[in-house]
Amino acid sequence: MSLVAESTFIKRSIIHAVRTPDALIMATIFPIIMMFLFTYVFGGAFDANGSYVQYVVPGIILLCAGFGAASVAVDVAQDMTTGIIDRFRTMPIRASAVITGHVVTSLIRNLVATSIVIGVAIAVGFRPDATPLEWLAAFGLIALYILAITALFAAIGLAASSAEAASGYGFIVMFVPYVSSAFVPVSTMPSWLQGIAQHQPLTPIIETIRGLLRGTAIGDNGWVALLWCLGILLVATVWTAIVFRAKAGRR
Amino acid sequence: MTDMITLRGVSKRFGSTEVLRDLDLTVERGTVFALLGPNGAGKTTIINILSTLVRPDSGAATVAGFDVVRQREQVKRSISVTGQSAALDEVLTGEENLRMMARLSGLDPATSRRRTAELLARFDLGGAARKRAKTYSGGMRRRLDLAISLLLTPPVVFLDEPTTGLDTRSKFELWDSIRGLAELGTTVLLTTQYLEEADQLADRIAVLDGGRIVAEGTAAELKARIGGEVLAVHDAHGEVLRELPTDGTLAGLRATLATLEHDDDGDAVSLRRPSLDDVFLAVTGAKS
Repeated sequence: MSLVAESTFIKRSIIHAVRTPDALIMATIFPIIMMFLFTYVFGGAFDANGSYVQYVVPGIILLCAGFGAASVAVDVAQDMTTGIIDRFRTMPIRASAVITGHVVTSLIRNLVATSIVIGVAIAVGFRPDATPLEWLAAFGLIALYILAITALFAAIGLAASSAEAASGYGFIVMFVPYVSSAFVPVSTMPSWLQGIAQHQPLTPIIETIRGLLRGTAIGDNGWVALLWCLGILLVATVWTAIVFRAKAGRR
Repeated sequence: MTDMITLRGVSKRFGSTEVLRDLDLTVERGTVFALLGPNGAGKTTIINILSTLVRPDSGAATVAGFDVVRQREQVKRSISVTGQSAALDEVLTGEENLRMMARLSGLDPATSRRRTAELLARFDLGGAARKRAKTYSGGMRRRLDLAISLLLTPPVVFLDEPTTGLDTRSKFELWDSIRGLAELGTTVLLTTQYLEEADQLADRIAVLDGGRIVAEGTAAELKARIGGEVLAVHDAHGEVLRELPTDGTLAGLRATLATLEHDDDGDAVSLRRPSLDDVFLAVTGAKS
């Protein structure tokens, strides 16, 4: 199978990302502000020894990934609501490759943003003790998480009626990390909330990254994190295929 | 095969709205065919069905001999479509738009570059080639849109209201481009709300109303049905009192004037070219 359509659409999305750098800037600046906030403003109250930064950085990294991925929903919704998608559909190509282009570009953009955020984390005192292999595993899991959540937001952008609506849904994801082990241990939450926090996808992913970078216990979290990411990716891909087919010929 | 486009008993409804009703249409190879009708007549739906974007509820349609439902991929390889809203990537430059669409159309990188340069020159877009499409005027967008449709020279080209919103100069340029296509042997199906446009470009015209074809023929045949000119009678304030079709001859005009029973002081008359409304009213038998 020829991948000309895919590579052409990836190139297109990368040009978009470079010419409208807002998404990359937001995906980088926002988590850095959060990191300063949690390290210097709240950090002292959470841990008087100043070691809260060691706890919070994995959570910030995931927050960054989720936040950056949300912009793909707007990109996809914009394409679907302008005449350009009809032109793609009347060409002898797999028109859904236009979404592949957005997803791949978002993955690259968010990996860049994540690298910058990790760099800033080390500058403010984060001291990972990971071996090269553990770094590799952590990056692999972060990349898989970004891919899964980007695919999910591409599906949301496809299902949304407009770019504005897609942007609104993207806002919701910002709150998911707060009810997880990202900022405080789940054991400090009221018992009714612990059930939710312990079993939502972000907690095992964050615990795995924390374990890889800081040497805390990972336990079953590694497998659970992997299954969550693959599960989200699968659901998002199937959802995208169904909505893309259903939307054909509506306009 | 001389019939490049056929529709046989095609019907389509969206919800409770019947958009096309048992429609038959044939377009011969190498001709320009115009679908003339008001908004909501079903013109765009016909284009969408023929370009595989919409499935008909019943009936069958073929393009270049291929069935639009069962042989979609072959149909897509035989057509290009210019829709009502310019299908451009706003962030990319005109040149990048053409190059991207060329690659997606299956041209190799070298041929894509060559065709892009040719079309930029042919559509007078060379100066703006490196500017983003977002900055283009309405006429430039339309020209770029049409240039994209002509990257390959497909046997069939669909143009959905190609000149709507264009200034006069851009409109004439576009008409020249469309005539050029026909000369190369391409079959063109275009939709328009303007009789003049159909008159200028089309070999045959179908008048569409409420999802049905109410008249079909050459421009001359259609005009013969409604007369060459329209005689309008105004009152002293310029309000139109009556509009009467005439055949454009002096005798015809005298006969038409004779049908006016009386006139008030200050009444004025004027002659004008028939509009789509006149054709429409004449062929649907509606009374003004």
